[in-house]
Amino acid sequence: MKINGKIKNKSLLRLTTAGSVDDGKSTLIGRLLYDSKSIFEDQMEHIVQSGKRLGREELDLSLLTDGLRAEREQGITIDVAYRYFATPARKFIIADTPGHIQYTRNMVTGASTADLAVILIDARKGVLEQTIRHSYIASLLDIQHIIFCINKMDMMEWSEPVFKCIKAELALLVNKLNIPDVHYIPISAKYGDNVVDRSENIKWYDGKTFLNLIETIEIRKNKNPENKRFPVQTIIRPHTAEFHDYRGYAGRVAGGLFKPGDEVAVLPSLLRTKIKSIDLFGESLSECSAGDSVAMSLDDQIDISRGDMLVSPHDIPVISQDINLMVCWFNERQLKVGGRYLIRMNSNVAGCIVKSIHYRMNINTMEQDFENITINMNDIANITIKTSKPVFFDPYKKNNITGSMIFVDEGTNETVGAGMIL
Amino acid sequence: MKDKRQMKNLININDEHLKELENEAIFVMREVAAQFEKKVLLFSGGKDSIVLVHLARKAFWPARIPFTLMHIDTGHNFEETLKFRDDLAKEFDAELIVKKVQDSIDNGRVVEEQGVNASRNKAQSITLLDAIEELNIDVAIGGGRRDEEKARAKERFFSHRNEFGQWDPKNQRPELWNIFNGRKHPGEHFRVFPISNWTELDVWQYILNENIKLPNLYYTHKRKIFKRNGIYLAWAPFMQLKPTEKVFETDVRCRTIGDITCTGVTLSKADSLEEIISEIAATRITERGGRYDDKRSEAAMEDRKKEGYF
Repeated sequence: MKINGKIKNKSLLRLTTAGSVDDGKSTLIGRLLYDSKSIFEDQMEHIVQSGKRLGREELDLSLLTDGLRAEREQGITIDVAYRYFATPARKFIIADTPGHIQYTRNMVTGASTADLAVILIDARKGVLEQTIRHSYIASLLDIQHIIFCINKMDMMEWSEPVFKCIKAELALLVNKLNIPDVHYIPISAKYGDNVVDRSENIKWYDGKTFLNLIETIEIRKNKNPENKRFPVQTIIRPHTAEFHDYRGYAGRVAGGLFKPGDEVAVLPSLLRTKIKSIDLFGESLSECSAGDSVAMSLDDQIDISRGDMLVSPHDIPVISQDINLMVCWFNERQLKVGGRYLIRMNSNVAGCIVKSIHYRMNINTMEQDFENITINMNDIANITIKTSKPVFFDPYKKNNITGSMIFVDEGTNETVGAGMIL
Repeated sequence: MKDKRQMKNLININDEHLKELENEAIFVMREVAAQFEKKVLLFSGGKDSIVLVHLARKAFWPARIPFTLMHIDTGHNFEETLKFRDDLAKEFDAELIVKKVQDSIDNGRVVEEQGVNASRNKAQSITLLDAIEELNIDVAIGGGRRDEEKARAKERFFSHRNEFGQWDPKNQRPELWNIFNGRKHPGEHFRVFPISNWTELDVWQYILNENIKLPNLYYTHKRKIFKRNGIYLAWAPFMQLKPTEKVFETDVRCRTIGDITCTGVTLSKADSLEEIISEIAATRITERGGRYDDKRSEAAMEDRKKEGYF
């Protein structure tokens, strides 16, 4: 946050990498950390030694994030690695995600909490299926900012026409997606051009370097200030002499601003009461807003348990047993009509049955496929489910906490899918 | 115990991002309380586990913390840590279980390492897994952070362990948004890491902000030490020295606290949190760079974690 040109308070930016295999995601992150002097001496010594052991001729910065033995041996990323670094302007949490289609579930894991997605494109190869898949997933997850890094410019003689051509192709893709803020940067992650330092080789590019862009990009957070939502996680009952009658409804605000005295409706009962106090560790707060973990006490004794939600009586979410949503499927076993799963939506759990599959997204054409609706691992589809009890929710685009869910297989307990409510 | 708030204004404290990290950690703690039955918080007496206890108190105030503290005791401790542990449990009215690696050695579950580099660090995993099985523990909260080490950088908040207590890093459950799936079969358990996203510096700034008490070991003190493979180790009577290693006394502090045989110490005269924070902000070596247990092989941490380590 810049106030009078001075940085008042460092904000936290969560970013994820995405893109196809070998587009240089891990190398970009390694380069970013290396050139911003965020690599410690012992880490450096470690990657030099393991690069030698693995027979790499040049310094391999991807070894910084590829932390598993299997990843280092194969030179690929299997699961998300989280890295942390800070500049005087901002703190960053970076999720470095895998490019292989086989590990899409791990890419989605990293991207689901991101404010910004960095999608890499190999300048030699241009836009690939995984580029499109990841861009589409980013837009589905409602990530507001995308930076397309056209990488390996060194292998294309730093050519402006190559960059422009790929940029034009991406612009066509972006047109079909719903992403408000898009940027394009020509880089060489391997040699550091336009990562932290401005490239000497790409004089025709006058935009920001990658680091400068992520330091200055204005991030939209708390998208729903009016939309009061407080899912109850657990009930605090101290049973001590001092707090004998205290009953605190603990949770994390999922939207809106709450103040003591506010009237709230409790879902699913729809009973109304008022907020008596908002507590945190002995302190009574005058308000709390999206993202805050607090405990609320209420004026009336109402039956409230985990999974219930406090909302504004004037802005009640959808209450229904039928939900239309987009699903990302993660499991080898196909998603089928009639399939039964558990769904977990913030603190609420319900059973569900898949009623219908409307279409499958064809990633290559970005079109809805109504004919071939077999849903395999890594497919994205539009489906309707029926829940075992009425649940309350908002469209994901309006509130990504009350609008999201995971599917759990009751037999294996695995997380098999992620749902975004339409 | 130190209490040095007076210098707080001199350090640029980043409240906004610490608040976000605290909110996240409290949310995770409450999910643990709601989703599991027999819950322990792995307490080593180190700063990360002390911060966990503080966060748990905040998450459940005014109730007492709903987790049993569990210490896996190698028997090779800094003495002050044990007193600190007992005092803390008493002060916050928390239940404390201590499981001893010595008992695992005595009943033949663990064969003690021999030689100058012998450490009970690795043996802790067996004692821990035995305790988890014996007490039917279905979740153990740990202070692991992703910035500590490259295998830890891959860990989920809710990390599944099979019935052998093993971690399968190549096949972790997807973890979407802040929706945590803690379902498991009988005999399996979870490790949960509420401060996954904190860095070492975040932990120290939080300790300063929240005025959290730490063992004096973290501040400068005189100690007998010796140097091995570039790391200063604290000397204790049960440690074997190589002929070339000489014990000397100087001003040091601990950057991490664990088993005494593998915890490196830092030469330092920092005696306030502010000085420690400046030291850490300027350092070029990671926190675990001084941990002898990570130096054993390329994937030392990954291998130990697969076997059930913290």
